[in-house]
This record gives sequence, C-alpha cells and structure tokens, in this order.
Amino acid sequence: MYKYDEYDHSIVAARVEEFRDQVNRRLAGQITEDQFKPLRLMNGLYLQLHAYMLRVAVPYGTLDSRQMHMLAHIARKYDRGYGHFTTRQNLQYNWIKLEDAPDILAELATVEMHAIQTSGNCIRNISSDQFAGAAADELTDPRPWAELLRQWSTFHPEFSYLPRKFKICVIAAEEDRAAMRLHDIGIQIVEKDGQLGAAIYVGGGMGRTPMIAPLIKDFVPFDDFVSYLEACLRVYNRYGRRDNMYKARIKILIHELGADKYRAEVEEEFAAVKALGIDPPKAEFDRIAAYFAPPAYEADAPDTLDRSDPDFAVWLDQNVSAHKQPGYAVVTISLKPIGGIPGDATADQIDLMADLGQRYSFDELRVTHAQNIVLPHVRKADLYALWQQLREGELAEANLDLISDIIACPGLDYCSLANARSIPLAQKIATRFSDLGRQRELGELKLKISGCINACGHHHAGHIGILGVDRKGVENYQLSFGGSGAEDVSLGTITGPGFTEDGIVDAIEKATDLYLAQREDGERFLDTYRRLGMAPFKEAIYG
Amino acid sequence: MGNLLRYRDDEAHEEPAVTLDAFLGQSTATAVRIESGEDARILLPYLDRLALVEVSFPKFRDGRGYSSGRILREAGYTGELRAQGDVLVDQIPLMRRCGFDSFAPEAPVDEAVLEASLARYDYHYQAAADAFVPVWKRRHG
Amino acid sequence: MKLLTGNDLPTGDVTWWTGSGWSRHVEDAVDVGDQGEAIAHAEEGARRVNGPYVIDATATPEGPRPAHIKDRIRALGPTVRPDLTLKPADPNAGSWVI
Repeated sequence: MYKYDEYDHSIVAARVEEFRDQVNRRLAGQITEDQFKPLRLMNGLYLQLHAYMLRVAVPYGTLDSRQMHMLAHIARKYDRGYGHFTTRQNLQYNWIKLEDAPDILAELATVEMHAIQTSGNCIRNISSDQFAGAAADELTDPRPWAELLRQWSTFHPEFSYLPRKFKICVIAAEEDRAAMRLHDIGIQIVEKDGQLGAAIYVGGGMGRTPMIAPLIKDFVPFDDFVSYLEACLRVYNRYGRRDNMYKARIKILIHELGADKYRAEVEEEFAAVKALGIDPPKAEFDRIAAYFAPPAYEADAPDTLDRSDPDFAVWLDQNVSAHKQPGYAVVTISLKPIGGIPGDATADQIDLMADLGQRYSFDELRVTHAQNIVLPHVRKADLYALWQQLREGELAEANLDLISDIIACPGLDYCSLANARSIPLAQKIATRFSDLGRQRELGELKLKISGCINACGHHHAGHIGILGVDRKGVENYQLSFGGSGAEDVSLGTITGPGFTEDGIVDAIEKATDLYLAQREDGERFLDTYRRLGMAPFKEAIYG
Repeated sequence: MGNLLRYRDDEAHEEPAVTLDAFLGQSTATAVRIESGEDARILLPYLDRLALVEVSFPKFRDGRGYSSGRILREAGYTGELRAQGDVLVDQIPLMRRCGFDSFAPEAPVDEAVLEASLARYDYHYQAAADAFVPVWKRRHG
Repeated sequence: MKLLTGNDLPTGDVTWWTGSGWSRHVEDAVDVGDQGEAIAHAEEGARRVNGPYVIDATATPEGPRPAHIKDRIRALGPTVRPDLTLKPADPNAGSWVI
C-alpha cells in the first residue's frame, strides 16, 4: 500500500498544526462557530448528539496493522473504547472532545493517517473496491488511480468551498462492489486499444433525490485524467446550486442541465484546463502503482481445504471469497454480530484484527462500504487458524451478504441529523432472522437502514431498504424494495405506508416468506422482486 | 471594514471598480468588479486593459470566486486580482493559491495569524494559479 | 416548560441551563420561559455554551422530561449502549427515553 514520502508527511504535519491553531482560536473566541464549522468539518469533526464525532480517513479503505493499532489506541485514550466503521470506508469516534482533536490528529499523523476532508463541502475520501488487488475479475488495481486523486483533491484551493460534499469512487471490474454508480463521480478503469483509462460517470448519489450517475465520458486516457476531473469539478463549482442545500449536489446540476449539456460544459473547460499542464506524468502514476504491487505470494501454496469442521465450513462458504492467486483467499470479517451494533468494533477487536492482518494477510486490511473488514490475501492453509482466532474475538459471524449483514447508519442514538433510531431496528431484524440456516435459505439479501433522508445507510440501494422518519414526534419507518448498489444498479421503491419498529420487522418477514414461496431457480430476493413487481409484496405486507 | 491587504509591488490602483455591466458598456474603465455568479470569462477579451479585477465573496462558503480567480490567471491576466467581502484569514491562503493578490475583507483580519497561515505549508499537491511547484513535479523534475 | 440546552464548547458534552450555569444533568434544568433566546445569546457569546437552543419539556417527579425523543437521547445517552449513558446502573433509564 502507499507509503508517504517527505512531501506527504510535510503536508499532513502542516495540517495538524493548522487545525491546532484553528481550535485554539475558536476556544479563545477569535472565530465564531459559524466561521469555525467548515474548518472543523474539513478535518472530519462533527458536533453530534452526545459529543464531537471524529471521522478518520481510510483512503480507499486500505490500511495496515500499525494503523489499525493506532485506531485502537485512540479509541482507548480519547474515546470510550470502540470505533464505528462507515459506509465510506472510514472510521468514526463518537465521544471526542474538541480540545483533544489536535492531539489526536498529531498521533494519527505518526502512522500516516488523518481526518482530512472527511466532511465539509469539498472532495471527500476516494472510495474503492474492497477486493482491489485480490479479485480475479479486476482489470487492474484501481487504487493507484484513487491515490492519485487523493493527492490531487487534498487541499485543492479551488474546490474547498463547493456547493456541497463531493464523493468519488474508483473501481476496475465489471462487478461493482463499491456502489460506484451512486457517487458524485464514479470511475471505472477500462481498457481501450491496449491503454488503460477511465470511464467517467457523473451525477450519482443517494439522499433526498437519489440518482444513478450517467456516463459522461467513456474513455479518458491517463494523460488527461486529472485535467478532465478538474474540468468536471470546476463546472460544478461554478454552476452547482447554492440557493438550496437540498438541491446543491452535482446530481441536481446534471439533472437540470441534462447530461449532454453538462458534458459539453466539461469539454469546453477541459480544453482550457488541459493547456495548463496540470496532469502529473506517467512516472508519478508508476511511482504510486509500485506500492500496490502484488504481495510476495507463496508459489505453491496448497489450494485444498479441510472442511470437516461444520462451523468452519459454513464460515468458509459465506465469508471467504475467491482470490486470483491459487492457494489464497479473500476473507471478510463480519462486524454484524446478531444483536450487536453494525460496523462497531471494540479497541480489543481492532487490535486483534490488526494482528490477524499482519500475520495472515501481508499486513493489509480493508474497510468495506458495507461496514465490514476484509483481509485480502490469506493463504488457504491459514484459514482455519484465522477463523478460530476470529471466533475467540467474536468476529466470526458467518453472515456476509445475508439478511443480518445489515448496513445501518448510527441513527438517532448518535447523530444530530437523524429522525429515528436505526441500530435498535437492525438488532431486532437480525434477532428475528438469527437462525443461520434460515438466513442461508434466504440467500443474498442486502438490507440497509438509514435514520434520515441523508441516506448514510444507503437505503436506496438496499434489496430491502428502510428509512427512519419522524411522524409527529414518533419514530416511523418506510420500507422499500428493489434497490441495488452493484453493477445492476437500481433505486428502491417504497412499499406504501410506514411502520412502527416492530411492525416493520413483521413486514420484512412477510416479504421474505413471499419470496421463499415464489422464487424460481437461483433467484435472489432482489430477482424475485424484480420479476414479480411490488403488487404481490404489497398485498402480503398490508393485505 | 478591514484593511486592504496587498501582495503586489506596484502602486494600488486608484480608479474604483465598476460593475461588469458598466464595464462592458464603457471603453475606458480599467477596474471591474464581478459578482460571485458572474462569468469571469466575459472579461477575457479585455484583460490587457484591466489593472484591477475585484471578485466578490458575499459569504465565505460561496466558493465560486476561487474559480473566477484561477480562470483569469490562467487566461494570462497579470493585473491586481482582489477578493472582496466575507474574506477571512482561513480562506486567504486558498485564495492566494487561486491567484488573488489583494484582499478587501469586510471584517478586520488578524495579520499575525494570517502571516502564520500563509507560511504554514511548504508543499502543495496540485498545480494552481500560484508559483508553487506541485509535489508531483518535485518528485519527477 | 421551556429548557435551554446546548453543548459544552471544549468537550462537546450535552449541557442544560440551570438558571445560573450549565449542568450535564437534565434534572438540573430550569424553565427559561421566554428568556431562552436572550440567555442563549449571552452564554454563547461568552463561550460558556456552543449551539444552544430552546426545547419543550414537561415537568415530572423525576425532573424535566424533554418533549422530543432526540433531546431525551441527548439527555441520557445512546439507547443501544446503556453502559455509556449518564445512568448506566438504572434499569428504567431506557424507558424514560423511549
């Protein structure tokens, strides 16, 4: 993975001191909260229901054991012993003091970490495929492209006060494991005439008005990559709406202008920008890419597995994915124990995962946008020992992509933006469906819960989606079916009137019962829903 | 009203900045002011007769002026480029990078804090409208 | 009744106006009547609170009970982590919120 050079270190260190100065000035009253808020947001610091919340960046979801150990250390020293992995591959601490934030950032900087631009109206963490570098289906590792963009976007002076937040995702496979089409800019690295380049989708997003990003340019060669993105951002900065916070994302601009007009504006801007020579040379890309070379795989690693332990076999089938290298596998550690808090991990668990990553995965871990952790390069021969240790750490729930592998935002238990609690509902659903045999019978079922319309739980992209609303001061839940964040991207459709917390658990059970009764060969819940349409489901739930 | 902050060697321009509409209607004005929603490229045919372009930042969160500044510098404008309005010390370094070399803040700016802020970063990742060599260029010459 | 609430600037702790200062405990909160905005303005200016706002509440034997669940969650702590709330040993705390 990428390692800082003197320049990277210098920039992050300067940022730490800059924020320390800004915090001191805020505490001394030299700047108001209104003036300070964008500054602290650009360092990932929110003021939430109970305390400040700090969102630490995990660039494209990749980190090593040293960094994981630091995250555990910070949880213990400055927070309350745990952290929350997010739907943008970052980590959040819920109990931070403003006066500690500069020291926290200083500690993070010692292991090449930061909280830069994890909030604010600027370019956020560049996300990517959690199986990058390991998946057999990828054209190339997308992360060098993501790292190039991380540097380009960091403290970009022109794009620090955009109309709204800006989220970019880079993948390099036909299978979309990162919800690429639901980003402000989604990038797929593709090949044309023997050259690698970027297919650029602009204008996706969830929230109040979910949209799937249309294709704006089918191939941008490396030499034009940064210029083209600069042009895309400049058009947004100049013309994105600033009159209404809920209409300020680039998806609204694309929707109002039309993709063709937006593309024409970008091409015009690109012509001007290209002449400036702002594109880094191929040598810079190669320098970065060298950090993402495959690890030193063992040449003849055994490819067979002893499945005689039935619990191990279940976990193998559910949480272990194919690796492009024979003898190796990709492991997903579920942070969704039945009845637990989705995406949360204790400091001890984070330390354990760090050790396991170091020992079994060439010292590399990933955070997925489904709030789980991946060990990308595990020898098959080590899987059993790894699984046993995960079990001891209560990290061996074998529910990847099953109904209890719920994506849930922190919701009203933590978040000042929320209208309803999401975590208790996730716990109730997981408990109702806790029987693993039943879950496996239901198969792949991506259930996502957001506590408000900001959709941090990605409910629009859920096979089953739930949105928490405030109905005259009482929590209420809207149910939707048919969303998908994969390459078969689609936005969910609301079933009808909302439910109470217990009511929606019953409704979900009725829907899954219908699916089981009606499904045809190999159909997932999503497929049966798409085939049958909403009517029979509506009948089953409300009838 | 804060003091005018200026990072140019030449004399401050005397003539007041006229609105864009007025400028386009006159052949003699040498100073113009553009609002945050106005298109800086409209000025491109007139750059060599302009000594001052003032760009409005009505609220510090409105970042359109940063693009306006860069567009003017990229097109070859070498006169004074002034940021006027809700211009605060924490945004001035970014404005400098976008080519602004004078600042007319509505509220006074603490110049000691500003000086420290401007000197804080030795390196920048990306090319902008200032003289900083971007990091990628330093890495590869 | 009307309560004035906010967060402590340096720590982020939830605070409640007691009539003379700020407390972490909603039981100490007083009815600010129609003075909330004025007190908020003064206190925020002096940086004794961050982001204050006025809420509705009902007086109960246990003390003021905020009208909206969000502020009850602020008053106590996350419903899903009773151990992290202001009343970890109180088995009735959760039902007070909900």
